[in-house]
Amino acid sequence: MNPTTLQIVWFVLIAVLFTGYFVLEGFDFGVGMLLPFLGKRSEPDGDKRRRLIINTIGPVWDGNEVWLLTAGGALFAAFGGWYATMFSGFYLPLFLILLALIVRVVAIEWRGKISDVKWRRWCDVGIGIGSWVPAILWGVAFANIVRGVPIEFRDPNHVYTGGFWNLLNPYAIVGGLTTLVVFLTHGAIFIALKTKGQMRQDAVKTAASLSLAMLVIAGTFLVWTQLAYGKTWTWAIVAIGAAAALVVVYATNKEKEGLAFLGTAIAIVSTVVLLFGSLYPYVMPSTLGSDQGLTIVNSSSSEYTLMVMTWAAGLITPIVVMYQAWSYWVFRKRLSIEDVPDTPAGLSLTDPDSVQTGK
Amino acid sequence: MNVVDISRWQFGITTVYHFILVPLTIGLAPMIAIMQTVWWKTGNEAWLRATKFFGKLFLINFALGVATGIVQEFQFGMNWSQYSRFVADVFGAPLALEGLLAFFLESTFLGLWFFGWQRLNKTLHLATIWLVAIGVTASAYFIIAANSFMQHPVGVEWSEELQRPQMTSIVEVLTNNTTLLAFPHVILGAWLTAATVVAVVCLYWMARNSIRAKKLEAGTAPVTTAPSQLGASAEQLMDDNRKLWRPVALFALWMTIASGIGLFITGDAQAQLMFKQQPMKMAAAESLCESADGAGFSVLSIGTQNNCDHINHIIVIPNMLSFLADHTFDSRVQGVEELQAQYERDFAKAREEGRLARTVAESSAFPAGQNFAPNLFVTYWSFRAMITWALGSVIVAFGGLWLLRKKRPGGGLVVPRKFAVLALWMLPTPFLANASGWIFTEMGRQPWVVAPNWANPDEADPFKINMLVQDGVSFNSSGLVWTSLIIFTLLYAALGVAWFLIERRYVLEGPEAPADPDAETTDDDESDKLSFAY
Repeated sequence: MNPTTLQIVWFVLIAVLFTGYFVLEGFDFGVGMLLPFLGKRSEPDGDKRRRLIINTIGPVWDGNEVWLLTAGGALFAAFGGWYATMFSGFYLPLFLILLALIVRVVAIEWRGKISDVKWRRWCDVGIGIGSWVPAILWGVAFANIVRGVPIEFRDPNHVYTGGFWNLLNPYAIVGGLTTLVVFLTHGAIFIALKTKGQMRQDAVKTAASLSLAMLVIAGTFLVWTQLAYGKTWTWAIVAIGAAAALVVVYATNKEKEGLAFLGTAIAIVSTVVLLFGSLYPYVMPSTLGSDQGLTIVNSSSSEYTLMVMTWAAGLITPIVVMYQAWSYWVFRKRLSIEDVPDTPAGLSLTDPDSVQTGK
Repeated sequence: MNVVDISRWQFGITTVYHFILVPLTIGLAPMIAIMQTVWWKTGNEAWLRATKFFGKLFLINFALGVATGIVQEFQFGMNWSQYSRFVADVFGAPLALEGLLAFFLESTFLGLWFFGWQRLNKTLHLATIWLVAIGVTASAYFIIAANSFMQHPVGVEWSEELQRPQMTSIVEVLTNNTTLLAFPHVILGAWLTAATVVAVVCLYWMARNSIRAKKLEAGTAPVTTAPSQLGASAEQLMDDNRKLWRPVALFALWMTIASGIGLFITGDAQAQLMFKQQPMKMAAAESLCESADGAGFSVLSIGTQNNCDHINHIIVIPNMLSFLADHTFDSRVQGVEELQAQYERDFAKAREEGRLARTVAESSAFPAGQNFAPNLFVTYWSFRAMITWALGSVIVAFGGLWLLRKKRPGGGLVVPRKFAVLALWMLPTPFLANASGWIFTEMGRQPWVVAPNWANPDEADPFKINMLVQDGVSFNSSGLVWTSLIIFTLLYAALGVAWFLIERRYVLEGPEAPADPDAETTDDDESDKLSFAY
């Protein structure tokens, strides 16, 4: 059966939502991962450096994360079969991602609530885990989707029959390393873009070294994907992705972080487009036979639902993009270490009441 | 336990946990917006202090609310994939709309509100908190619309081709009569929760200030480190009570009363609707086993098991249940046993006539051997617990309003320690009432994950559009689900403790000192410090 126009539209929209998620959360993850390295604790102003780094994403990271929730909801609404099979099949990786995201949310929000060295260290660990784990596992998950996994069609359900270890294959590991190194670079460039002074210098230097690793690892992944699963037209995407990676190397070395940020953003977009382009018309190909896999036809919702969702997404998404862009505009000023308040954030662990009542 | 039970426990634990935090967020957002509006309108600095003080408590709560909410978005697919596939056509739409219309709004504008004190002008900044309030309320609407579909499916028809329900009208799904009553009930419950919390915090601080003021006058006051009391004279403390705590407390107390009245009205309407649309749930809520004309309302019953043989009604108010069902005293109310027999008969007949869907016909238990009644013990007691716990807020509201009367000695500014302690003990009650209500609603729906629409078969064919819980679960190994259940529970417990300790610490700290200069400035100053930094 041929896909309908709306099914194709929604396949593209899901790709757009995941692109939005990876471009925006990509630098959130990068910032979180780089926190211990750029926010050197040993230096006298180490904690201020860390607060500066966290505050580069301070007002926006929560809105960025919503792209994932909306992508999840949209997947459920438009391709219920895909949603059901993917999240039940990739149970353990998704579970780990969820744990990481939970820990990250509270670590970021609560870090500055209590002014205590140990408390902050624990929160830094939380931010670290919450950034490293998803940065790797999203790549592993998407590489596996493209590669195909054992899925059996038991009418009316598609059931993932592989275990956890099945997900750890060389191609998927390269995929995980790709998202890791791309997000690291993206994050370093974002910090450079949002700060001034010493922090900016340090960040752009870090980005310059990371960009070389990105060129090699992401380049390998793009070419591998193209050779193994690509279509003719996706060669163009590979070319764009490779060019973007080269631009990143150039721009970070010249300390042009604006151009470099555009470069990593395009690299992320090309990667997502290549992955989704290679998949089409499947959404989850099966290694057990071409008739067992999920396609945009056999996993999609009815035309009516797709139509309703198209209207909703068409009307609302532009507004969301506009006000999110506005919030970036509001907080466009570069931050310096001097802008971080001198007093430590949060309250001491000592309870004022206990002093008062003499407990 | 088999994988169905473990998955049910996991969903129950994570959802109840999520809904400890959610009502406070939903209720506190508009309250803070109102506080800030009063400051914006009158320039009265006390309301700015209140806004910032409760804003901090709000953010601490919001963080954990978001964290626990992320899991819910994906748990349908992880643990309930057969269910997800079955209902995706209609269930996914409100979920996606929630993300698009509500989650983006609340998260983006909360960032703007917190970090924007010095970046946005006063009016724009006020608008951001109102948008947060709209966002959190809208998200409740969409998720309740999704839930209501599971209680009372409408706006769908059976698709032979897809072998699952197909949405025919998003308008019907979003205006489901169950949604239209459940939404206000949930929102009012959230307002009651937040209003009670704000009232209790204000009353606690009024008591603390008046006690300290008295001691200062007597020269016996101990040293304190709480900033709002540091170096303050007795007059200044009572001034805080007059300008800050009493007005905010009155606002919260009246809101508690208004929400309580609203809860009573919407709860009564919901009950009547449930007697029609989910008679088994209401029969179970009353442990009414045998049908009766002019049925009585059971106040107390004793039973060790969740079936009809083990229930003894101790105190019954005659004819009250009939009154609850349709506001007449002698109407007939169906009991659990009659409903069970009726469902068995209807399903057997539908099977003979080939009116069951193929997937339904092949499912595990129809028609014989399936218990169509929920756990009577849980439904009976959760229903009573919900109503009883709500009385905690009522005690705070009436006691507080009585003590804050202008005519009282001290002009309603003195709150005795005993009442403050009582109020603090009442603090958990609205949370417990919310949890009990949801446990009743959800466990009363058992054994269904999508309850058949018995009341109006024209809206959705009850013999096809339904799903038993055991048919909705994923093909997971029980070890896998055990792992996630245990880890989620432990992590949530640890975070819950941290949440409580931080909230408690910030309540005890009190608001910023009144000298706090007007925060709003222009943003042309190059070196100005961040007004808020993580």
